[in-house]
Amino acid sequence: MRSMRQRVGVAGMAWAASQTALAEYGFNLQTPASQVAQDVFQLHNLIMLVCLGIFIVVFGAMFYSLYAHRKSKGHQAAHFHENTTVEVIWTVIPFVILMGMAYPAAKVVINMKDTANPDMTVKITGYQWKWGYDYLNDGVSFYSNLSTPREQIEGSAAKGENYLLEVDEPMVVPVGKRVRLLITANDVLHSWWVPALGAKQDAIPGFIRDSWFKADKIGTYRGQCVELCGKDHGFMPIVVEVVSEADYKAWVEKKKGVASAAASDNSKTFDQAELIARGEKVYAANCAACHQANGMGLPGVFLPINGSKVATGPIDAHINTVLNGRPGTAMVAFGEQLSDADIAAVVTYQRNAWDNKVGDAAQPAQIAAARGSAEAAAPAAQ
Amino acid sequence: MSDAAHAHGHDDHGHHAPPSGIMRWLTTTNHKDIGSLYLFFALIMLFTAGAMALLIRAELFQPGLQLTNPDFFNQLTTMHGLIMIFGVIMPAFSGFANWQVPLMLGAPDMAFPRMNNWAFWILPVAGLLLMSSFLLPGGAVAGGWTMYPPLFIQGGISYDLTILAVHIMGLSSIMGSINIITTILNMRAPGLTLMKMPLFCWTWLITAYLLIATMPVLAGAVTMLLTDRNFGTHFFNAAGGGDPVMFQHIFWFFAHPEVYILILPAFGIVSQVIPTFARKPLFGYASMVYATASIAILSFIVWAHHMFTVGMPAAAQLFFMFSTMLIAVPTGVKVFNWVATMWKGSMTFETPMLFAIAFVCLFTIGGFSGLVLAIAPVDIQLHDTYYVVAHFHYVLVSGALFSIFAGIYYWMPKWTGHMYDETLGKWHFWLSVIGMNIVFFPMHFLGLAGMPRRIPDYALQFTEFNQIATVGAFIFGFSQLVFLAVVMKAIKGGEKATTKVWEGAEGLEWTVPSPAPYHTFETAPVIK
Repeated sequence: MRSMRQRVGVAGMAWAASQTALAEYGFNLQTPASQVAQDVFQLHNLIMLVCLGIFIVVFGAMFYSLYAHRKSKGHQAAHFHENTTVEVIWTVIPFVILMGMAYPAAKVVINMKDTANPDMTVKITGYQWKWGYDYLNDGVSFYSNLSTPREQIEGSAAKGENYLLEVDEPMVVPVGKRVRLLITANDVLHSWWVPALGAKQDAIPGFIRDSWFKADKIGTYRGQCVELCGKDHGFMPIVVEVVSEADYKAWVEKKKGVASAAASDNSKTFDQAELIARGEKVYAANCAACHQANGMGLPGVFLPINGSKVATGPIDAHINTVLNGRPGTAMVAFGEQLSDADIAAVVTYQRNAWDNKVGDAAQPAQIAAARGSAEAAAPAAQ
Repeated sequence: MSDAAHAHGHDDHGHHAPPSGIMRWLTTTNHKDIGSLYLFFALIMLFTAGAMALLIRAELFQPGLQLTNPDFFNQLTTMHGLIMIFGVIMPAFSGFANWQVPLMLGAPDMAFPRMNNWAFWILPVAGLLLMSSFLLPGGAVAGGWTMYPPLFIQGGISYDLTILAVHIMGLSSIMGSINIITTILNMRAPGLTLMKMPLFCWTWLITAYLLIATMPVLAGAVTMLLTDRNFGTHFFNAAGGGDPVMFQHIFWFFAHPEVYILILPAFGIVSQVIPTFARKPLFGYASMVYATASIAILSFIVWAHHMFTVGMPAAAQLFFMFSTMLIAVPTGVKVFNWVATMWKGSMTFETPMLFAIAFVCLFTIGGFSGLVLAIAPVDIQLHDTYYVVAHFHYVLVSGALFSIFAGIYYWMPKWTGHMYDETLGKWHFWLSVIGMNIVFFPMHFLGLAGMPRRIPDYALQFTEFNQIATVGAFIFGFSQLVFLAVVMKAIKGGEKATTKVWEGAEGLEWTVPSPAPYHTFETAPVIK
């Protein structure tokens, strides 16, 4: 058993080596960057080799028969149609081959499912259509959006090298550390996948599932959401930057600085022009996927903001809609995702963009007040 | 008319001519008419859902959004899947069952002719419900044919129409299955024991049991979706104590047996065609029956291999991995038996045989990719990528659809009384088989390289294989017009078919004249 496994393993390795030469043409799984991905890569090669062997034997026989046993060559049909011994043989042999595959596969399954003893833990949340990352040990939180410009998607600009696989805020992890992932979703199912790291886990709203990876090499690894999650399913990529321990520490410090700057924004007062400029960016990152850059939405699917009663009516109702969403629709509660300053900015932008000419502005303090009253009202609403 | 009927007395009741025009087809209880209706319905739906596939492939010809927007793209993939499964493959197999089961058993008709009429005529209603949803506000259903909540809960009115359509199609399948089971168990000619009946009848008998066992499960799942959507229940909503993953368990408990519902009758057709053109009896008939039954039974304990990425405990992953791998054993037995049937035969290669040989070879490629996907750790890498798309199109296009082509060419002379145009048939075969491989083979590489399925736009490294696939799709798609031409030509006229049609043909259907008279086997033949 052992020697057979080793022999197959060696053959698999040789094949894997020839495959790396072909890697740039993308005929096989991506070059692994973790032990799990490496195990899967070899498992796949092994099974492909076995399948290829069986295919050649069985269809070698069939194509020989197609050539030799044809009427046009004058072949007379034999009359045999039963042989119990043969049936038993071709039931038992595949069974034995399958057991040979099941054993190494089971070992990889058990290793993949073992999420114990992590060096660090990151909570990942899928949203329509972006990813949120919370570093539970280091206290860093951020959202990660597609950063490919619309013009490239619509074809009015040349496509960049990492078209659709680039984000504004990548997930950053230190090399050689066991990273435990707690994966969940906010709205619908998503699935977090980075092929080179060998980690894929569905994100399920209301449930937390775990997975893990340990990146062996410094580098940038790209993946995508792989569970259909609505309109922009194809536009929520994942980028993991694996860096040295020192670079990781520096990154954490930088992110904390950004967070405290953002927090101080919440206590500031802005003028309308500042809010509109900031709001336009917030709108593009959070609202334009559904409501569109022109504010017109998609007829029958997503409501327009341009000319809507909410965006041209009383500002409190407008703030409330953005903060708390519309339950039962795709409009989520952005209060959980955006800072007071960002919500104030985006509300101001929406009230003064396109044909909307309300002319007023929301300030972070108003958002904070609305949050307070919503919390106070919540128990009563229950 | 009533006078004439009375004058002829009771015995002649079955012989008066059917009403003419549309009423003939609406009111028919004749198994041959209903068989034709199913097949024409499947043909129309094949071109409808095929056109959607071409639009999908055209959008994917290059990166960027050109022809569709992401929402419409999702509508196309969802409807393409639903219609191809419920509107093409299943009705086509029902058409074969209606035409062939009574002819093969020496029965005068199906057991419940009026229910047979009803089972067919509710299908176009379901098709209309599905198709009309393209015109509704928000467009057609876009949540994937798998209908996973919570995404499916978010959608508009067309999602409710889809649920209704699925209910109706399930009802139709259940009625059809009751009919087939009853016919096979009760209406075989004297002496035709179960273990003597053609393998096509065996595969359909087992398929019918699968349908009766699983269709109510699907009905339950979509009813829960309906009440979650409209009546405030929380079966699949975690905020209300439900669980979105529960839907997947229920759905795949239906949908994995469904996979075999879509392929067992194909096994049956191919097991009729190969012996005819090898001029040699089917090898291992009994083991074929046992293998079919084993596949059907195993299909109930493998469902969660569609869900290896939801986060099951290791023990569950191992169980579903092992049970799934086990299915390779009986499936392998079938392939070996087909090859052994050809071995030392006296083969000729008319179009039905060509499609049957392509079926054996290409279905096995789909089987091998299925084995790759059964290995849980590999599946976790490949789940929801184009590898899966390649896998199920190998089993459904070069598997189910090719067997349907084989069956049509094989039995068309018996149905129409005319030989089809062999040259055109061969053109259809070669264009289809080449086109099909150009579309779907590169998808294996796309999936391995990491391209997710159900995306309207992709990263640049996937461009070349997508372009190849799109070219193949248009070759494959337009070559089906050749098929249409062959069918129309054979219906209109052509060389007269003999009673036996094929030199090596065996079985009761080849003892009745071609075309098969409107009523056959009013007196049961006796099988020695």
